[in-house]
Order: sequence, then C-alpha cells, then structure tokens
Amino acid sequence: MHPKTREKLILTLVGWLAAGLIFFPIFWMILTSFKPEVEAIATPPRLFFTPTLENYVTVRERADYIHFAMNSIIISVGATLLATLIAVPAAYAMAFFPGKRTKDLLLWMLSTKMMPAVGVLIPIYLLFRDTGAIDTRWGLIVVYTLMNLPIVVWMLYTFFKEVPKDILEAGRMDGAKPKQEVWMLLLPLSLPGIASTALLSIILCWNEAFWSLNLTTSQAAPLTTFIASFSAPEGLFWAKLSAASTIAIAPILVFGWMSQRQLVRGLTFGAVK
Amino acid sequence: MQLRQLSLVSAAVWIAGTGLALAQGQTLTIATVNNADMIIMQRLSPKWEQATGNKLNWVVLEENVLRQRATTDIATKGGQFDIITIGSYEAPIWGKQNWLVPLNDLGADYDYADIIPSVMNGLSYDGKLYAVPFYAESSFTFYRKDLFDQAGIKMPDKPTYDQIAEYAAKLTDKSKEQYGFCQRGKPGWGENMAFVGPMVNAFGGRWFNEKWEPQLTTEPWKNAINYYVKNMREYGPPGATANGHNENRALFATGHCAMWVDATSAAGYIYNPKESQVADKTAFTAAPVEVTSNGSGWFWAWALGIPASSKKVDAAKSFVKWATSKEYITLVGGESGWVAAPPGTRKSTYDNPEYQKAAPFAKVVYDAIVNADLTKPTKDPVPYIGIQYVAIPEFQGIGTAVGQQIAAALAGQTTVEQALETAQRSTERTMKQAGYPK
Repeated sequence: MHPKTREKLILTLVGWLAAGLIFFPIFWMILTSFKPEVEAIATPPRLFFTPTLENYVTVRERADYIHFAMNSIIISVGATLLATLIAVPAAYAMAFFPGKRTKDLLLWMLSTKMMPAVGVLIPIYLLFRDTGAIDTRWGLIVVYTLMNLPIVVWMLYTFFKEVPKDILEAGRMDGAKPKQEVWMLLLPLSLPGIASTALLSIILCWNEAFWSLNLTTSQAAPLTTFIASFSAPEGLFWAKLSAASTIAIAPILVFGWMSQRQLVRGLTFGAVK
Repeated sequence: MQLRQLSLVSAAVWIAGTGLALAQGQTLTIATVNNADMIIMQRLSPKWEQATGNKLNWVVLEENVLRQRATTDIATKGGQFDIITIGSYEAPIWGKQNWLVPLNDLGADYDYADIIPSVMNGLSYDGKLYAVPFYAESSFTFYRKDLFDQAGIKMPDKPTYDQIAEYAAKLTDKSKEQYGFCQRGKPGWGENMAFVGPMVNAFGGRWFNEKWEPQLTTEPWKNAINYYVKNMREYGPPGATANGHNENRALFATGHCAMWVDATSAAGYIYNPKESQVADKTAFTAAPVEVTSNGSGWFWAWALGIPASSKKVDAAKSFVKWATSKEYITLVGGESGWVAAPPGTRKSTYDNPEYQKAAPFAKVVYDAIVNADLTKPTKDPVPYIGIQYVAIPEFQGIGTAVGQQIAAALAGQTTVEQALETAQRSTERTMKQAGYPK
C-alpha cells in the first residue's frame, strides 16, 4: 500500500473512531428507549432485543411534551437573541476601539463562568421571588442571557477581530455612522461567526438544567425539567428516561444537523486569510 | 342609615361569596417523586379535582432535586409549592424549623387512630404530625424458596446474619450467575447506608453515643462492616458498588439472587409475574438480626406535607386528607388492583381480606413496620431517633461520606479499619462544626 494511502486510511479510521466514541452514548440512549425496562438494565447489556414503543407511549401519557418543548424553544431563542443584541455592540467596541483594560475586562467576563452556579442560587432565588420571576419564561431568559453573555461576547470579539479594519474605515470615509458601520458592513461580513455563536448559545440554553430545575415549577419548565421527572428513587426507569431524553434532544439534534454547514463555516471563519 | 347597613351587609355577603368561590376554584402546585404509588395518585387525582373544583399542578422531580428545590423554596419563603412529598427523615427536621403546617386537625373522619403508630411517630415532632403518610415501608429478607428447598434449607422466621452468610455460601453458584448475598453497595445515605445502618444496629452498634460522639470505630461497627465486605465479595454479584435498590431489584427479579434484604415496598413488584421472573418462587422473612433485634429493619415513609409558605393551606389540607385516607386506599384497590394499594400506613389496609388475598406478604410487612421503633433503634441508648438515618440535618452529608468510605472498602481501595477510621474523623469534624453536643 502506498504510504500516503495508508496514512489516509489510518486518519479516516481515527476519525470514525472518534465520531463513534462521541456518538455512542446517544446511540445507546436511543437504543435503550426502545427496550422494555428489565432489558434496559440487563447485565450483560443486550444489543438485540424485541423493540417496543411502550416507553414513548408512557412518556406521552404522563407529561405534556409540547408544553415543555415550546418553553425550551422560546427560552433558548429568546435568551440567544437578547445575548446577541447586547454582545454585538460590546464586542464591536472591544474589537475596534480597545482600551487599556479591554483584555482584562474580557478575561474577567470569562472568569465569571468559573463560579459554580449553586454559589449564587439563594441570592438569585430571592431576587426572583421579589420580582415575581419564579416560574416565568422571561425570568429564565434573563438568567440564560447572563449565563451565556461572556461566551457570546468572547466569540463575537474573536470573529470581529478577523474583519479587516480597513473595510470599516473605508465605510467611515464614505460617511457611515457607527450604527450603519455595524449593520451594513460588520454584521454581513461576520455572519457565519454570528450564526455559529447563536447556535452554540441555543444549544447551551437547551441543555441547561441547574437553573431550569431550580427556578421553574410548571408554567415555564423547559425540556430539562421534563427529563428529570422520569427519574425515580424506587422502581425501574432507565428506558422511560431514555425515551424522554430522546424526544427532548431530537429537535436540537435535527436543528444542529441542518445547520452543520453554517456551524463549521463559522468555527473556521477567518482561519485562512 | 338603613341604606348604609344594607350596603355593608351586601358587601360582606359579596366578599364571603368571592372568598368561597376562590376557596373552591384554587390551583395547587404539588411537588412529588416519580414512584409507582405517586403515579397512581396523579392518575386518580382528577376525582378529587372534580369533587372540589380545585386544580392540581404536578411537578415531578428526582428525589434529590426535589429535596433541594423544596428546601430552597421553603427556606426563602418562595411559596412555589402548596403540597410536597417528603420522607420520614425530613418531616421531623422541617417540622422543628416550623417549615411545615401541622396536620393534626384534618377531622375525626380522618381516623388518626387507624394510622400505624410507628408511622405516626416517624412523621411527628414534639407531638405534632407534620406530614401525612402516603405509603410506608420497612425492610425484610426476600429469598428464593425454590433454591432453599433444593438445598434442603429452611429459612427461620428471624434469621441471624451468621445464618444468612451460611446460606449464602451454599446458594452461590457463580457459574450460573447466581448470588447468595445481593445487597446495596452504591454509596449514599439513602443507598448503601440504608442497608448498612440497620445491619450495624443488629450487630449492636450505634451512630452516636449519648454525648453525640461518633462511634464508627467501635467493635460492633468493625464486625458489621467486615461481615458486609467479606460476604459481598464472596457471595455478592460483581460490581456491587454500582448496585442500589433498583439494580438489586432487577437482579432479584431476573433470578440472579438467592437472598436480598431490602424495602418491603418492593414485594408487590417481585410478586407481580408481569415484572418478575421469580414471582412464584419468592418468599419473605424478617430482616436479619444478630446481637439485638432493635433497629434491624429500617423505617421509611413517603408523606405529604404542606409548606408553611403556602397561601392555599385549606385546599392543600383537603387534598392531603383525601390522598391518605382509607377511602383513597379503597379507591386504588378498586381501580388498580389491591396489590397496588399504598402499603404500610393504615391498620385497616391489613385487616382488609381483599388486600390479604392479593398481597400474601402483608402480615410480614405489617409486623416489620409495627416493630420498626424509631425511638429505640439500637441496643444501647442513643440521643437520636431514626433507624437507618439519624434525624438531624447533618446526617445527609455524614451518611453519604461514610457510605463512600464503606464502598471504597468494598471495592478493595482501602481496608475496613482504614475506611472506618476516615469515616470517624470526618464525622467528628462535621459534628464539631455543627456545634454538637447541643
């Protein structure tokens, strides 16, 4: 075999192996969702079995999936829009008009992500209680916006830095005001980056469980709460939990798959000038 | 003047009418765990809604999430929940903090005298009942009668741990994946420690002496844990540190275990041929004893409590009264079959011939629950109540830390002596920080 072909083959194999490893838990979850409960925890685990839809039927009977899914969509998209709206001007200022402390400011913003969420649970809960925000969609949108803002600002900052300053300057020479500069030049030029940032933010919001479990009860509860309700201290629940998880991740999986081209383009945006 | 009086009277009538209408059409938020009995309650609750005109908003959460969520809400007076499902561990602790509404006034028709006294005690603090029992359980020994008959062994009514080890040796056949001693190994105060706690009690041990000093390095603890580790390794299933209640239940139901000491509430499941392959081969006896029978079977109850922060206490009381009444148990018996009736709470359930017929294990379960005396859990006197737990807020952390040490000893990462030494030190530290002795 030609050394180049062999190298290609090995690389392909490694690629498939990595993809397989990453996908395996999801595959196993989907598989478990079609097993009867006793099969779901059988040792050794079985790959072949008589599939059943019983778990999906139970999950559908016991909870209003659409209600939870709608909350997930509204909260994730709402928080992402709000975060982008705040982050675009912030990142624009930091990328094109950096001050002495811009880098420190960016690092400080990111460092807030290092604090465990439970550390601020009680103050946030009290604030929510006093403002009537517990179990409301807008309350969760505010928390998710704040939670993702550092990452969104960082990513947009990185993408904006890739846009040549000269283009913006040329716009300015032609009389563009800052608003027009951002709206007509910067945003179209960095659209793939913005799209991938927004996608990442939506995924992070979709999967967030700590705040949704603590700040919602029923009205604003998203899909993470829906999944949690199928775990039980006594009795078998793995198959039902897997069925609930499968239908909870299905929309975001389809969404991610449909937008993968955009996502990859965004993540490699500006890699080669 | 008359006109004024008339308008005052009309206003009063209007307010009273509105108040009544509100009381009838309230929406209550109920937080609960996802157990089979709770699912039945959720399914039957429209009957109560129709009868009262109120509505229930169900929030189903995982046990630990529910505990944390409810604690946060009650401690901050968030008022998000009107009814919560709590265990017998929380009821007296939360009652002492005045977090729960006392429930001694549900009316004569509620028949408090029918509730099993040990269950009443487990949910009370200072003579006040803080949560009403939905179902209760103790622990007992599940064993495979067919395997015992084949080996020519007769299970005694009150086996000792020594006898259990002897039988386990005879009934273990690893080539057939058949294990004599299937017990909980997954670390956690509600997991391995639920089994280990009563076992230590039976060996004559206790968590604390009367001065609240931890006793984890005393002889009874060493004997009990050495016994546990030895028998689990020799006669237990592989990977036992990952096995909790659910895993062992599945192992037993699929015919891999000869003996299993666990919750009486699992008997209905093991006895159901739709869910268990050993339904016709299983028999039950009391939890094993050793130097004492005090505290040898655990006590646990799932109960319904009303947070003091609820603004709909009257409607909430009406629901908890309905869901824990004799009439409700009869309703479940009629709708879902008597074997599914919530066990362990009322004497009348065990007097019912239909229940006795559907649940042949009823007598053993009843005896186990009646004898589970939370106030005398050990051979020597103790300053606490609780059998497999100690009813103080610090116990969740202590129990889990000690459970992790014992799981480490079971996995062979440390010796039993070393594990107990470490457990003793961490418990001493926690108790000191909490300000004991109080």
